[in-house]
Amino acid sequence: MKELRFAIKNTVPIFITYLFLGIGFGVLMSEGGYGIALTVASAVFIYAGSAQYIMVPMLVSHAPLLSVAVMTFFINARHIFYGIGFVEKYRRMGWRCPYMIHSLTDETFSLLGSIRYDPDLDEDRAAFFISLLDQSYWIFGCFVGVCAGEFLSFDLSGAEFSATAFFLVVVVNQWRQQRSKLPFVIAAGSALVFFLLLGKEYFIIPTLTGCLALLLLLRRPIEGKEAADA
Amino acid sequence: MPESLYPVAVIAVIAAVTYFLRALPFLLFGGRPLPKIMQYLGRTLPPAIMTVLVIYCLRDIDFTRAPFGLAELAASALVVLLQVYRSNMYLSIVAGTVCYMVLLRVL
Repeated sequence: MKELRFAIKNTVPIFITYLFLGIGFGVLMSEGGYGIALTVASAVFIYAGSAQYIMVPMLVSHAPLLSVAVMTFFINARHIFYGIGFVEKYRRMGWRCPYMIHSLTDETFSLLGSIRYDPDLDEDRAAFFISLLDQSYWIFGCFVGVCAGEFLSFDLSGAEFSATAFFLVVVVNQWRQQRSKLPFVIAAGSALVFFLLLGKEYFIIPTLTGCLALLLLLRRPIEGKEAADA
Repeated sequence: MPESLYPVAVIAVIAAVTYFLRALPFLLFGGRPLPKIMQYLGRTLPPAIMTVLVIYCLRDIDFTRAPFGLAELAASALVVLLQVYRSNMYLSIVAGTVCYMVLLRVL
């Protein structure tokens, strides 16, 4: 099982991040008066951090299902972009494909999009194990959080920074691997412009759309750079 | 709807919408041979999205009030420096998070 060993080794950073974030969600659920079953069901079937966090106040206030659906759409719309790079790879994976789609979280997407597989590995198997492990960490974190609930005596505020740190590390690694740095520049520029124009609530989808459009427009120089250095 | 079923319905709705969003590119391009442009996007879109995710995580910084995002910026700088010079993901993430949690309490 060298694929499983590879997956365990490479998902440790996500274990740390998901433990913190999952516990945070579990504690929220227990404070809202919801038990282990609903908490674990959310982690298994929703498996999306920000949507799960938003769900708790919506549950408490008995929001109508239609507004739950609309809210989820806007919070998670960024996920539309994640699959674009994986259509080809996941299609090959047959029966695993529906689960690979389900497990495309921010963190799993970033890990699978930046990982370098050892040459002797079955890549599809390794990617599947990584996805499966990531979600089991998430379920575990949520479970611990809801069980510990109000008994948790230490203040965890700030632990959510582990997600920021995780994405920073991934970007540093990607910066080293990518021949053309333009995708990074495009992304940072697009994010700053739309953040200043639209504010923190609404900038994410226009930013990602802007990235997509600029990458398509600048295909020639980017591919030229990739070919020149190859 | 019976009271006890409401949370189940909420979870089902969020799960369905989220899965739909994640599956959308596969629904659009799933059956057909992929246009060449998709391979290009498969290479270049992920680094762009990851960069956006960093900024997305930092969106709550308030630059107008003390301490002007100092905790976030200092902890982020530590993460980047550690990753550049040590290349140890666990160290970078744990040290950065601990640094942020400490700064949050002392600043």
